[in-house]
Amino acid sequence: MISGSITSITILLIILFLFKEAAGLFNSPVIEDGYELALNNTNPVKHLSSYQIKEIFDGKISNWDEVGGKELPIELVRLSDLTKYYTEAELGANFENIPAKASELTAKHPGIILFLPTSYISKSFNGKLLKHETLRPGDFFGGKEWYPTASPSPQYGLLPLLLGTLWVSLGAILLSLPFGIAVAVYLAEISTMRVRNILKPVIELLAGIPSVVYGFFGLVVIVPFLQKLFQLPVGETALAGSVVLGIMALPTIITVAEDAMRTVPRAMKEASLALGATQWQTIYKVIIPYSKSGITSAAVLGIGRAIGETMAVLMVTGNAAVIPHTLLEPVRTIPATIAAELGEVSAGGGHYQALFMLGVILFIITMIISISIEFIGRKKYSN
Amino acid sequence: MTPVIQAKNTDRKKRYSQAIAFTIFKLMSYSVVAILFIILGFIVIRGIGVISWDFLSKAPEEGMTKGGILPAIVGTLCLVVGSSIFSFPIGIMSGIYMNEYATGSKVATFIRIMTNNLSGVPSVVFGLFGMSLFVNTLKFGDSILAGSLTLGLLSLPLVIRTTEESLKAIDNSYREGSLALGATKLQTIRKVIMPMAMPNVITGLILSIGRVSGETAPILFTVAAYFLPKLPTSIFDQVMALPYHLYVISTSGTDIVASRGVAYGTALVLIVIVLFVNLLANVLRTYFSKKVKTN
Repeated sequence: MISGSITSITILLIILFLFKEAAGLFNSPVIEDGYELALNNTNPVKHLSSYQIKEIFDGKISNWDEVGGKELPIELVRLSDLTKYYTEAELGANFENIPAKASELTAKHPGIILFLPTSYISKSFNGKLLKHETLRPGDFFGGKEWYPTASPSPQYGLLPLLLGTLWVSLGAILLSLPFGIAVAVYLAEISTMRVRNILKPVIELLAGIPSVVYGFFGLVVIVPFLQKLFQLPVGETALAGSVVLGIMALPTIITVAEDAMRTVPRAMKEASLALGATQWQTIYKVIIPYSKSGITSAAVLGIGRAIGETMAVLMVTGNAAVIPHTLLEPVRTIPATIAAELGEVSAGGGHYQALFMLGVILFIITMIISISIEFIGRKKYSN
Repeated sequence: MTPVIQAKNTDRKKRYSQAIAFTIFKLMSYSVVAILFIILGFIVIRGIGVISWDFLSKAPEEGMTKGGILPAIVGTLCLVVGSSIFSFPIGIMSGIYMNEYATGSKVATFIRIMTNNLSGVPSVVFGLFGMSLFVNTLKFGDSILAGSLTLGLLSLPLVIRTTEESLKAIDNSYREGSLALGATKLQTIRKVIMPMAMPNVITGLILSIGRVSGETAPILFTVAAYFLPKLPTSIFDQVMALPYHLYVISTSGTDIVASRGVAYGTALVLIVIVLFVNLLANVLRTYFSKKVKTN
């Protein structure tokens, strides 16, 4: 039966297609396609990283010695800046003199960095064109800024998104794990059958509510509430995401932890009670230690759900792609970035590939989580 | 006398700490119920006033601040049906294969791990994958077909797992009895095992419908339209969908404040669908489990 292996095939296809689309990222140029960066011939600087280019264009780097050159102020010239150096007459009515003037300007100013469309660079250009470099893995994995629409050098830094995802997910698990374990203990050991018959469907329902509804609820209730509570300028924060995700992760945690507690052998419980321990002592001295691996699985699964959750987080975390310092700041997570930006990019471009690379990373994280749960489960049986 | 008093004291202490711990656990459990009712209550109270026949039967009007949500309801319906056509047969067959044919083998273990992995893959990754494979590579474009296939893949692990579990619950003596009477394995599965497992399988299918109707991320790039008042005519059309509509009008619509009413209404419709689906699954489960017991 071929149908049996369809899930394996799907996984392979997912890997194949995600990697195929993402693979081009490290071949995509650091500066926008169809443009050149030119320096004076005497300038010793041979290459600029994507981040350095962005800092120069933002005016944050203003001297060549900051990027490994001589002590010389940087003179940034864009196409539109040419009119500051030449009159319109000199540039020609149809700008036909731009190639010649650009060449002349570059030769005259030792500290210049000129940003021009390739079509304006003549063969006899008297200057040094920066080599078309491609994005290095370090720029992506170590990059501190996610700013894919920056010109001329888009920033695809993973760190703010990865940290945002981790902050929100860890916050969520810290909120929901104590709750989840408490409810699991209550369901497995304390509650009567009647209460259990009410609680179980409620938990199933919580799991069934669509994430976009959670997001909407978070947006209209939790966000304004947190904003008032902490006197924040904006309520859309990592904490709002954590609260919403915490609620969403609860059913997973409760179900898995409860199942684990139910596998505790009756004999162990009875032995503990027979020795004079109270029910509560039995719970925290026998049942919880015995189901430790199950509770760990529950926590890991909960984190997995939180990391991959898209819509609810997208709606409540504010989506600012900056490295967060507290839970009360807006953050942007990896899934939210994909969902928010993929609709606006053209297929095949650097931005598109960067988003697929985020997908690859997300996929790898969840794979690691699935496999580690498998491992936790197996370890328990071998004991 | 002292040891006795001491024993009494520790006994009392033990009982107090138990009482305190149990009360805390009880309160926490009830607060989970409270959370559910707060969410449901809030959306029902704010949304109920919006619901009317017009709301359910008209297209959005005036920049989605007024009018109804019919195209979104129809779109979600199309996606549910489309994904079910794909995932139900394959999922059930695959569940049968894993429980009846490949039990205990290395292959079955591998497939089980893969199925578990697939169910852990975030929905937005399914969206990326669907866009890359169905929309771009197979050139379906943004269409019901591409969206249904993506959602079908997403619900596949759920269908497989529930099928497998309902088959596992059937006592082996039925299989052996049938085989002993000279039936082939296929006959046994078709005539004995499946009819018995069907109630639980159907419950699982219904739950997967609930899941599919609420998913947003996988349809963002494969089918969902921002605003499309006309109803779809072929499987290559784009459609609006309830969850995506709720997302759009609550975060990036033309006038977020003015469309809040529509947003509450849409959320309510979504919740009612999910509640209904869960209720149906629960009723079926209890109904069939009673029936099996009386037999």
